[in-house]
Amino acid sequence: MTTAAATGTPQSRGSSQPRRTAPPRGAAQSRADGWSRRLPLLPAFVFVVICTQIPFLLTIWYSLRSRNLLRPEGEEFVGLQNFLDIFRDSTFRGAALNSILITLACVAVALLLGLGLALLLDRKFLGRGIVRTLLITPFLIMPVAGAMLWSISMFDPTYGLVNWLISLVGVGPVDWTSQLPVFSIVVALVWQWTPFMMLLLLAGLQSQTGDVLEAASMDGASPWQTFRHITLPHLRFYIELSVLLGAIYVVNTFDQIYLMTAGGPGTASANLPFYIYQRAFLGFDIGQSAAMGVVTVVATIIISTLALRLIFRSINAKEQS
Amino acid sequence: MSTVADASPAPSPRPSPAGSAATRTSAPDAPAIRPKRARGTTTGHLLGILAWIVGLIFFAPVAWMVLTSFKQESQAASNPPTFLFTPTLDQYKAVLASGAGSYLLNSVIATACSTLLVLVLAIPAAYALSIRPVKKTQDVLFFFISTKMLPVVAVIMPIYVIAGQLRMLDNLLTLIVLYTAMNLPIAVWMMRSFFLEVPGEVLEAASIDGASLMRTMRTVLLPMVAPGVAATALICVIFAWNEFFFALNLTAANAATVPIYLMSTMTSEGLFLARLSAASVIASLPVVLAGWIAQKQLVRGLSMGAVK
Repeated sequence: MTTAAATGTPQSRGSSQPRRTAPPRGAAQSRADGWSRRLPLLPAFVFVVICTQIPFLLTIWYSLRSRNLLRPEGEEFVGLQNFLDIFRDSTFRGAALNSILITLACVAVALLLGLGLALLLDRKFLGRGIVRTLLITPFLIMPVAGAMLWSISMFDPTYGLVNWLISLVGVGPVDWTSQLPVFSIVVALVWQWTPFMMLLLLAGLQSQTGDVLEAASMDGASPWQTFRHITLPHLRFYIELSVLLGAIYVVNTFDQIYLMTAGGPGTASANLPFYIYQRAFLGFDIGQSAAMGVVTVVATIIISTLALRLIFRSINAKEQS
Repeated sequence: MSTVADASPAPSPRPSPAGSAATRTSAPDAPAIRPKRARGTTTGHLLGILAWIVGLIFFAPVAWMVLTSFKQESQAASNPPTFLFTPTLDQYKAVLASGAGSYLLNSVIATACSTLLVLVLAIPAAYALSIRPVKKTQDVLFFFISTKMLPVVAVIMPIYVIAGQLRMLDNLLTLIVLYTAMNLPIAVWMMRSFFLEVPGEVLEAASIDGASLMRTMRTVLLPMVAPGVAATALICVIFAWNEFFFALNLTAANAATVPIYLMSTMTSEGLFLARLSAASVIASLPVVLAGWIAQKQLVRGLSMGAVK
C-alpha cells in the first residue's frame, strides 16, 4: 500500500483501473493526486463538452418546440409533435434509407477493393511505392474538388469522360447524376474511401510476421488456405477498425450530395445530413430539423455503441498482447 | 485471436533493426516473401502489372483534372475529349486574379490556428490518459471517440444560433473553435498511442531525478513523441483544410475558406471547367503533397493511432 507513489510506472499505465488505493491517513493527499492527474485532461475535456454536448442539448430543446423562421407567429412547446411529423414524412424515411444504403454500399465496396489492393501492394514489384502513392491520392483530394470532378469532368452527359469511354463500346450516353444519382454518389465515395481502407489493411498485412506464412507454405498450404486461415483472422482487427471508422465518416457524407445531385432529382438521393440541412437552412423549419437531428443521433448512438464496444475490445486486446 | 507478436517496443516496421524476428529482412515490406515466389515469377509479374493498372485507374480522374487545368475552356468541354493540346497557364492566372488569395489565407489561418490549439489541448490530455492516467481513462476515451459519431448536422442549427447571438457568424474564430473540437478527439487518441510507447524506465528515471512535470514533459517526453506530434498535426491539417460543411453554413464574404471558393467558381459564373480544374488543383495541392510525403504517419493518423 505504500507504493502508491509509484505513479507512472509501466504497470499502472494503460490499465483501466490504475491501482491507487489511498493510504488511510492521506485522503486529502490522494484527492490532490487525483486532481493533479485530472488537471492536464480538463482543458480538452471541457472544450469538447462545450462544443459538442451543449449544442446537442439545445438541439433537443429545439426539437420539442415549434419554430419556423418563415412563420411569424412565434414558437411554443409542442412536446413530441415534431417527432410524430417527421415519422409521417416519407421524404425523411427515404433519406434515412438512402443514408443506410449509401453507407453500406460504400463501406462494403471500398472494403473489398481496399482489401484486394492491399493484397496486391503487400508484395514486391517494380514501382510499388509509386503505385501506393497514386492510390492514396483520391483520399487526399479535397472532397469538394473530388465531388465536382466526378459530377462534371467524369459524369457530365455531353463531355464527361465516362460517357466517352462507354460510347467506345457502343453504350449510349447516360445522364449519370440524374438517372442514377445514388449510384453516382456511391462511385465518388468509393473512389475517395477505398484508399483509406487500403492503407489500414495494408498496415495490417505488413504487421504479419513472416515466419507464420513461411511455415504455412512449408506445410503445403495453398495460397488460398494461407489467406483464409492465417491472414484473414490476423486482419480481423484491421477490418473492424476500417469498417467502423469508414462508416463514421461516410454516414455523415454531405459534400458529395450537396455538390453532385443536391439531393435530387427531387429528393431521390438525399441522405439524412443533406435533408436535415435542407429543412433547417432552406426550409427554416428549426423544430423539425432538430427532431430529425435527434433521431439521427439516437440511431447513430445505438448502432455505433455496439460497434464501438467491439472495436474497443479489439484495441485493448491488441495493446495487451 | 491476435497472436501477433508485434507489440514489441519497436512496433514501427521500418526502422526495426532489433532483429527480433529473424526472418524479417531489413526491407520491411518483405515478410517472408509470399509462398507464390516458389512457383516462378510469372504470376508475380502479372500481379505487379495488375497493381499498376488499378493504381492508374484510381489516379486517372486526378490526372484528368490536372490535364484539364492546363487547357483552354473550349478544349476542356469538348466531345470527344481533347487529349493533345498546347498547355497554358491562363487558368491558373485567372484563378489567382479572381481573388482566391483571401480564401487561401482564410484556410491557412483556420487550419494552422486550429491545429495548434488541438495540439496544445490534446498533448496534456493524452498524457493524463496514458502516462499518469486518471481513474476513468477508458470512459474518457470512449467519450472522446463517441463525439466523433455525433452527426455534425444535428448540432449545426444551435451552433448557428449561438454564433449569431455572439456576433461570430462569418468569423474565422468560429471556424477555428469548431475545427479544434472536430479534431481534438482524434488527436487525443493518437497522442495517447504515442505516449504509451514511451518506455517506462525513461519516465522513472525522470521522476527519480525529481524533475517537475513541465520539465519532464519538455525535456524527456516531447522529444520522444515528436514524430507523433507531427503525425497528429498532419491529420488535423488534412481534416481542417478540407472541411466544407461548417464553412458553408457559418461563413460568408469575410471568413470563407477554399472549399467555398471552389464551390462559388462553379455556381456563380456558369461553368468554366478548365478554370474550375485549376482551382481544384490549387485547393488540393497542399494536402496531397503533405499526404504523399508523410504516408506512414497518415496510416497511423487515420486509424487514430491504433494501427502502427
